[in-house]
Amino acid sequence: MNHLRSTLVALPTGFLFGLGLLVSGMTEPRRVLGFLDVTGDWDATLLFVMAGAVLVHAVLYRLIRRRPSPLFAEAFAVPSRRDIDGKLLAGAALFGAGWGLSGYCPGPALVSLSAGGAGIVSFVVGMVAGIYLAAAVQRPRAAEPSPRQAQANAAAGEVPYAGAVGDG
Amino acid sequence: MQASFWYALVGGALIGLSASLLLLGSGRVAGISGVLGGVLLPKRGDRAWRALFLIGLLGAGALSLALFPEAIGSSPAGPGLLAVAGLQVGVGTRIGSGCTSGHGVCGVARLSQRSVVATAVFVAVGMLTTGVVRALGGL
Repeated sequence: MNHLRSTLVALPTGFLFGLGLLVSGMTEPRRVLGFLDVTGDWDATLLFVMAGAVLVHAVLYRLIRRRPSPLFAEAFAVPSRRDIDGKLLAGAALFGAGWGLSGYCPGPALVSLSAGGAGIVSFVVGMVAGIYLAAAVQRPRAAEPSPRQAQANAAAGEVPYAGAVGDG
Repeated sequence: MQASFWYALVGGALIGLSASLLLLGSGRVAGISGVLGGVLLPKRGDRAWRALFLIGLLGAGALSLALFPEAIGSSPAGPGLLAVAGLQVGVGTRIGSGCTSGHGVCGVARLSQRSVVATAVFVAVGMLTTGVVRALGGL
């Protein structure tokens, strides 16, 4: 029952997330580009989106993590890595370039998909292809942690993250 | 303060609330690129919640289209350039383990060192990119 609840909670939270993106103006790529274009007629709107989201989540995150576990799951699946590696930096830089060219990041792009049109469809097809491409290139080198390492992680209180690579 | 700033603040608060409710209910991080990646490259028993989250996200877009179509804008870039940008975003968020939501909101809110650095990098490169595009004469 709890497993089902833990799965179902994703539907209203996904909807709320989409609503937040729509209300905040993140689904208007020209506005996002207006924020990134600091040399032009700078639009500070996005700063308020980030501030609202980070402040609310920072406060609630701390309250929620006082609990021993989530409501409907055994443990929190929050990434625990701390190392800054080349992959993180290169990936963030490549993402920033695509974001700056288009004004779309993944959430707003998916929310905008229902509006249709060649532009947004091209972006999402490219994004999906990019995810498969990165996985195909990384697969030969990316190794699962050995059972021994997994045991050590568990002993250190690290929860194995269910996502493929990391932070979200 | 202009009206758009209030919408931005309230919309941002809804995003932070959504990420908090997902964490409270299921213990998971609301990172959109990670959620999408997990649907495209599924691991056993890990696909259903991701699919439901995306359905909710797409549902919000569909509802908006019916009630407030003006909330969804278009990009000044053409389809070809958008396909390239999409490819960059897909590869980049995959190898960089996150995007604006996973790193920029969830990671920064819990003061993750990796997420703070990643966010600084993608915002800086995004700004640089718009600057270069402007210098080259715009889209």
